[in-house]
Amino acid sequence: MKHTLSVLVENKPGVLARVAGLFSRRGFNIDSLAVGVTENPEISRMTIVLEGDNRVLEQVTKQLNKLIDTIKVSDLTAEESVERELVMIKVVAEPKMRSEIMQIADIFRARIVDVSPKTMIIEATGDETKINAMESLLKQFGIKELARTGKVALTRGLKSVQEWK
Amino acid sequence: MAKKVSGAEAFIECLYKENVEVIFGIPGGSLLPIHDELYDSSIRHILVRHEQCAAHMADGYARATGRTGVCMATSGPGATNLVTGIANAYMDSVPMVAFTGQVPTSMIGNDAFQEADITGITLPITKINYLIKDANDLPRTIKEAFYIASTGRPGPVLVDIPKDVQTAEIEFEYPKTFELRGYKPTIEGHPLQIKRAIKAIMDAERPIVYAGGGVIISNASEELRALAELALAPVTTTLLGKGAFPESHPLSLGMVGMHGTKYANYAMTETDLIIAVGARFDDRVTGKLDAFAPNAKVIHIDIDPAEISKSVSVSIPIVGDAKSVLKELIKGLIGASRTEWLKKIEEWKKEFPLRYDRSGKTLKPQFIIEQIHEVCPDAIITTEVGQCQMWAAQYFKYTKPRSFISSGGLGTMGYGFPAAIGAKVGCPDKTVIDIAGDGSFQMTCQELATAVLNDIPVTVAILNNGFLGMVRQWQELFYDKRYAATYLGTSPDFTKLAEAYGALGIEVVKPSEVKSAIEEAVTSDKPAVIDFKIDPEENVLPMVPAGAAINEIIDYEG
Repeated sequence: MKHTLSVLVENKPGVLARVAGLFSRRGFNIDSLAVGVTENPEISRMTIVLEGDNRVLEQVTKQLNKLIDTIKVSDLTAEESVERELVMIKVVAEPKMRSEIMQIADIFRARIVDVSPKTMIIEATGDETKINAMESLLKQFGIKELARTGKVALTRGLKSVQEWK
Repeated sequence: MAKKVSGAEAFIECLYKENVEVIFGIPGGSLLPIHDELYDSSIRHILVRHEQCAAHMADGYARATGRTGVCMATSGPGATNLVTGIANAYMDSVPMVAFTGQVPTSMIGNDAFQEADITGITLPITKINYLIKDANDLPRTIKEAFYIASTGRPGPVLVDIPKDVQTAEIEFEYPKTFELRGYKPTIEGHPLQIKRAIKAIMDAERPIVYAGGGVIISNASEELRALAELALAPVTTTLLGKGAFPESHPLSLGMVGMHGTKYANYAMTETDLIIAVGARFDDRVTGKLDAFAPNAKVIHIDIDPAEISKSVSVSIPIVGDAKSVLKELIKGLIGASRTEWLKKIEEWKKEFPLRYDRSGKTLKPQFIIEQIHEVCPDAIITTEVGQCQMWAAQYFKYTKPRSFISSGGLGTMGYGFPAAIGAKVGCPDKTVIDIAGDGSFQMTCQELATAVLNDIPVTVAILNNGFLGMVRQWQELFYDKRYAATYLGTSPDFTKLAEAYGALGIEVVKPSEVKSAIEEAVTSDKPAVIDFKIDPEENVLPMVPAGAAINEIIDYEG
C-alpha cells in the first residue's frame, strides 16, 4: 500500500543526500519525494510517497528518525489531509486541436500556461487520480514532455506536523 | 572575552575541552596547520603507518576505556584510508571522532590534488558528518561531534576541515550549550513496558537473557548480573557481549549462534521468553529466522528504536539505556525458582561441552587460547577475524566487561593488532594480547613500527595455519575441499619480521613450549609476536551452517 510521509528536516546541505541514500541503501522504494523550505527558513519539509507494508513503513520511519537532522516524521496516510501535486504537460496542439485540448483542460480546472504554433503547456494541480486521468486523456494528442513535482501534503484543521518546540 | 585564534589553535582548544589525551593519525598537506599546533600541545599524537590503523586504534582505545577515540588523516587518500575503520566502528557502535584535512574551500569540487568527497563517502557509515566551511562554526561543530559520537547509540562522527578554515582567524569561545532538535536519545524505559516485562519474566517458565555489546557500552554488567540472578535466567551473549556477564558464573551459557555453544543454541531454541539487552538479533546469532526461538516471546531492550522488530518481531519493546532499564526491572522482580529449566540446562552443559582433541599430538589453537587464559586471565584480548576470533571467543573465559575487543559487525581482518595498540594506550597497566591469524596479521602488521617506536608493549599471538582458515573451513565443508585462493604458504618468517621491526619474535611448534612463550612475551615489556605453528586443518566447531536453524549443529564426531 502507498504511504505519504511528511518529514521535517534541518535545512542544511547533505540532508537530502542522507535521506535519499537511506532509501536506496535499505532497499525502500520511493514513488516521489518533494522538498522545500517551510515557514521557518531553518527547516525543510519533505513529502515522501512510498510503497510498502506496515513493516516496511515502521522501518522507514525509525530509520528516518534515527538521522540526526530529522526533526519529525509523520505518516499522513491515515490522517485527514490535503494532498496536491502539480504537473505541467506539453502536448502537441495543431491549431485545429486547440479548442478540444482547452476543453479538457477546463474540465480538470487546469490552465494553459504556454502556447506555440504547434504545442501548448497545460498546468494542473490536484491529487494523483485527477492528474493521471488528465494525462491519459491528453495522450491521444501526443505528449511531448511532462514534469510532475511529486506530492506535497498537509493535515487538515488545527493539527500540524511541527511539534519541534 | 573571546580571544582571537586561528582555526587550528581553536581545534586544539576544543580537544582540550573534550579531554582528548591522544590522537592516532598521519599528517599531510591539508593538515599542516593543525599538526603545527599539535606540536606544542600536551595532546599525544601517535604516528601510525596506515590511516586504517589510526581508526582501528581509536576504536580499540574507545572500547577498552569507554572514552571517545580520536583519529586524524589528511585529505584524499588519507581520508579514504580511514573508511574501513570508520565503517567498523559504525557497525559495532563505537564512539569515535575522525578528523580529516580537506583542500581549501575555494578548491572543493574542483578535483584538486588529494581531494576526496569524504563526507559523501562516509555518509552511510557515520552517525553524522560535517564539512566545516566557516571557521566560526568550528567550535560548535566539534562540540556536537563529540556529543553525538558518545551518546545514545554511540558511533563514529567525521569532521572534515579545509586547510583555509585551519588558518582563518576566529574569536574563540567554546559553546556551553547547543540545540539538536532532531537528536534526543531515550534513556529511561517506558514504565508501562517495564511493568509488562516484569510480568512476562515472572510468568515465564524457560526464560533466557540474551546480552549484547549494548550492555558493555552502557556499563550495565552489574545490573545484568542482578537481573539474571533474580530471575534465575541463564545468560547467553553475542560475540560483542562477551565480558558483559562472567563466563565463570553458573548461569552463563557462553556465546550463542553460528559458533556458539550447543547448550546456548538449544536453550535459545527451547526458551519461552528472550530478554534481549543491547543485542540486535544479527544473522550470525539467529541462523534461519523462521526456526529461531519458535516458542519465545521477546522482550527487547535497546537504545536504538530502529533495532526493535528489525528482524525478529518483538512483543515487549523497551527503548532506553540498558543500565537504566535493567535497574527498573530489578526493582520489580521477586526471586524466582526454576528447578526444571536450570536442570535441563545443566544436563545440556554436561552432555555437549566445547571440545577438541586434547591428546597433545599436534599443536591445537584451542589449547593455546586456554594457556593464554591460564597465564593472564585478566588480559584484554583483541582479535583478528576468522577462526582465530572464534577460538578466542570460545576458549578464553571472559569475566569482565571491556576485556574482549573484536570486530563483530563488519568482520574486519587486520583489526585486532591496531585495536590492541589502541587498548594498551588507553589501559597501559593491562596486559593486551591480540589473538591473530597469519592472514589477518599480514593486513596490518606494519604497525609493529608504531608499537616499537612508541613503546606500546602488546603481544600478538598468531595462530599460524598457513591458510585463510575460516574460508578454508567453508571450502572443506561446503565446496568439496577445493581450496581456491586460501593457501597463504609459509612466508613470511614472523619471528624475523618481528625482529626486523625491533619487536620480540618467538616461534612455537610444540604444545610444551606454549606456556613459557606466552610468559616470555607478556613479561618482556616489548611488543612481541608469537608464531604458533598450529595444526593447519583444525576447524572451528561447533558450527551452524549459514542459513540453517541454530539447533542444526555440525560438531566433532563421537
